[in-house]
Amino acid sequence: MFNNIFLLMRQELALSVLVFLLLFIKIGKERSNTSILNFVNIALFVNLIIGICFVGKGELFSGMFATNALIILEKNILNLAVLIISMQSFAWLKNHDQVIEFYLLIFTSLLGMFFLISSGNLLIFYLGLEMSTIPLAAAANFDLSKRKSSEAAMKLILSSAFSSGILLMGISFLYGTSGTLTFSILTAHISNNPLQLFAFILLVSGFAFKIAAVPFHLWTADVYEGAPIAVTSFLSVVSKAAVLFTFVSVLYKVFQPIASTWYLILILLAVVTILIGNLFAIRQDNFKRFLAFSSIAQVGFILIGISGSSVAGSASLIYFILIYVFSNLAAFGVVSLVSALTGKENISDYKGFYKTNPLLSWVLTIALFSLAGVPPTAGFFGKLFLMMAGAAKGNYGLITFAALNMVISFYYYLRVVKAIFMEENEAPIEKLGIPLVSKMAMYICVAGILITGLASMIYDYIYSLSFGL
Amino acid sequence: MNLSLLILVPLVTALAILFAKGLKQIRVIGLIGAVAQLSLATWILKLYMVERAAGNSATHLFESNYSWFTTLHINYHIGIDGISLAMILLTSVIVVAGILVSWTMDKLSKEYFFLLVLLSMGAYGFFISLDLFTLFFFLEVAVIPKFLLIGIWGTGNKTNSAMKLALMLMAGSALVFVGLMGIYYNTNTFDIVEITQMGISVGVQKFFFPFAFLGFGIFAALFPFHTWVPDGHASAPTAASMFLAGISMKLGGYGCLRIAALMPEAANSYSWIIITLATIAIIYGAFATMMQTDLKYINAYSSISHCGFVILGIGMMNKTSVNGAVIQMVSHGLMTALFFAAIGMIYSRTHTRLVSQLGGLLKVMPFISTVFVIAGLCSLGLPGFSGFVAEMTVFMGSWQNPSGDYRFATILSGASIVVTAVYILRATGKTIMGPISDEHALLADATWNEKLAAGLLIIGILIIGLAPFLINQLIMPSTNILMSPITKAITLK
Repeated sequence: MFNNIFLLMRQELALSVLVFLLLFIKIGKERSNTSILNFVNIALFVNLIIGICFVGKGELFSGMFATNALIILEKNILNLAVLIISMQSFAWLKNHDQVIEFYLLIFTSLLGMFFLISSGNLLIFYLGLEMSTIPLAAAANFDLSKRKSSEAAMKLILSSAFSSGILLMGISFLYGTSGTLTFSILTAHISNNPLQLFAFILLVSGFAFKIAAVPFHLWTADVYEGAPIAVTSFLSVVSKAAVLFTFVSVLYKVFQPIASTWYLILILLAVVTILIGNLFAIRQDNFKRFLAFSSIAQVGFILIGISGSSVAGSASLIYFILIYVFSNLAAFGVVSLVSALTGKENISDYKGFYKTNPLLSWVLTIALFSLAGVPPTAGFFGKLFLMMAGAAKGNYGLITFAALNMVISFYYYLRVVKAIFMEENEAPIEKLGIPLVSKMAMYICVAGILITGLASMIYDYIYSLSFGL
Repeated sequence: MNLSLLILVPLVTALAILFAKGLKQIRVIGLIGAVAQLSLATWILKLYMVERAAGNSATHLFESNYSWFTTLHINYHIGIDGISLAMILLTSVIVVAGILVSWTMDKLSKEYFFLLVLLSMGAYGFFISLDLFTLFFFLEVAVIPKFLLIGIWGTGNKTNSAMKLALMLMAGSALVFVGLMGIYYNTNTFDIVEITQMGISVGVQKFFFPFAFLGFGIFAALFPFHTWVPDGHASAPTAASMFLAGISMKLGGYGCLRIAALMPEAANSYSWIIITLATIAIIYGAFATMMQTDLKYINAYSSISHCGFVILGIGMMNKTSVNGAVIQMVSHGLMTALFFAAIGMIYSRTHTRLVSQLGGLLKVMPFISTVFVIAGLCSLGLPGFSGFVAEMTVFMGSWQNPSGDYRFATILSGASIVVTAVYILRATGKTIMGPISDEHALLADATWNEKLAAGLLIIGILIIGLAPFLINQLIMPSTNILMSPITKAITLK
């Protein structure tokens, strides 16, 4: 029994140990930020290795906590993302007074996500979701001297509370109509009766809030802009990824009986999400807002992939998120470095960036190309496979729409590239000294962007683990 | 013979450029890579001819097929026939010439040469692909370098031109993608060879052909989606213009041809639209050229007109016309690259491309002026140059189509040659003859690298022009194989 717990929950346990270690360090004598940061990064790396080492399958606590190779992979993707974010925030956290608190919040949130992904029961699902959201609201406030940061935290906590309320209502309706909270038993009780459909719609709305699908996206732009970039990248990559992983398994497994209903809902959500995300992204000048809206559009593409409801659907989702981790974090990495060292966060500040910072410019450009879906970057494969999965049902109108929207998204990504390479600026961002850790994070991201796509075994591996309807 | 070498050589060149230091090293590496590629292509040509002479009548030679994304049935399947080999040869010649022309590019030279080589790699990969996914992959690989080349090193309103070009080409590939999805989900494969054997049902063809054909058509400057051509070409630096017109537009023509061959029934039933658009492009391009005052715009608009012939040849869907379309692609590639090279040489000396400000250049730069005249004469289709052979073949093929409307389109297109003659003769006359302005009187003639580049392209033009049987020997068997099931299918109906 205990062996089992140690093996199956080792990722959660490792993270908890890390949290406690950080607490002890906090209580102990004062240490320099650099040493703490180095310790955390090494610990995160060890954590990632622990996660990769052993692939097991099983259930704990009478089905409340489930794990298998796919779930372990998903958790590893999250671990990797957090490691990269942590390395990238080096320049920002080096001079911050509350480094340990920041990591405590982030790790607790990550722990919550692990439980969310592993949940086999609506209770633990809700518990994980809340555990992952509430620390983030505090973390969003971490630019302690900025008003915008606390505004962002306020908006985040209010909107998440609201969405949790909706979600909880959906859950209680589900419980009321089926009498169970366990996923595996629940499936048999799901049908098209109105109350359950209503519950389902509430549930989807809750999910849509977390992944910032239109029309539940209104909180994102302000929160992303106000929060520190490390938190923004955590929100837009890790937290979205965790919820999407859960979303697809809930849809494919629990709500399997009403697949034709959620297919329509997904299509609808996808169309509005892509369109609105794209149209708003065109007009942004603040880099963080820009990435916020562009990531809304990305979620739209993910929804298209999910709507395919085949093995390829969930495989392309996980594959895309892996790529998205690399590409979005590479972009955020450059932005966070520039913001930490110069305080500049606008796209117009990046004019003439290439003349002073060629390396950063190329990293940012490759990242944006990957987000736009240009070969040979991985983003090309990621987006294409999502759309291929979506086209499997023969919905070619939707695919045409998505493909043409890729052109719109192309426009705004290229706009940034244009500013970097082609436009003149009297006072460009000066040459920045890049800390070694941040540089390593960038190289990891770029390597990920270039390799994940071309190396087909990664997709094939994910496919072999995935599940369809 | 492993065709992957054709991708590998540019890849190695590009990586070597990344590690080189200074313009001198970079350009030498670039040239070595390009020449190596040209020799490789020539060697493949030799092997190909030997194989064919030995009686190997397979559709594609030197095939190799590796599974790429196994779970999605995506293969890295490569192989060539005469058509793709002609395109590969064309590309490798233009790449050598382009690198020679950029010999003194000192602004961000590393990035410049890297992007040029990357662009050519996309083109090579595109031409050897026998898998639609790989084809699409390489098609898009070639888009971004164009955007950066124009936007960074261009002249005039460069950022807008670059953006317009990139977005229109991306829209084109989006349409191609939808078409490919349709093919994929109705045949369960991306493999061109398998799809050709299997055939696609007529209903599916009719639905998805417009997407794919139009998508590639945008690359090939199909009217009314030609608007990226003039601005893009005019703003681009010399080598990029050469690559754009000489290689990139050929991606479109080649793609159109492959799509038409994959979906022959649909191509046949939509042929009237294709031919109408092509005829409009030919006439409109010719007349629009008349109004231009900038040499690069003149060549860019005339490219629209000339690429119209490619589409016309494909739209007519018979062996001779398709043969003509392929020759026209090669011929136009060489000719237009030569034209852009000459314009670039003139511009780098006089710093103007406006016809009105030029004159009498023959006196100070006899070599460049001669090149300019040769390019012009080839463009207007003078016998002895490649343009004549190509357009003649297209006309002959088109005339074989007995329908009166199609013959009318052929006559109209043929008449456009007169307009071509007007603008070409006028532009050359004004630029080269007449009095020379004082500020241009002391300019120097071409340097060795420019002479070499121009010489290479002129040799290509003359080979096709004087000995058309050589290129026919290469591509005719393949167009015959490509078109014979189609002709059958059409006559059966």
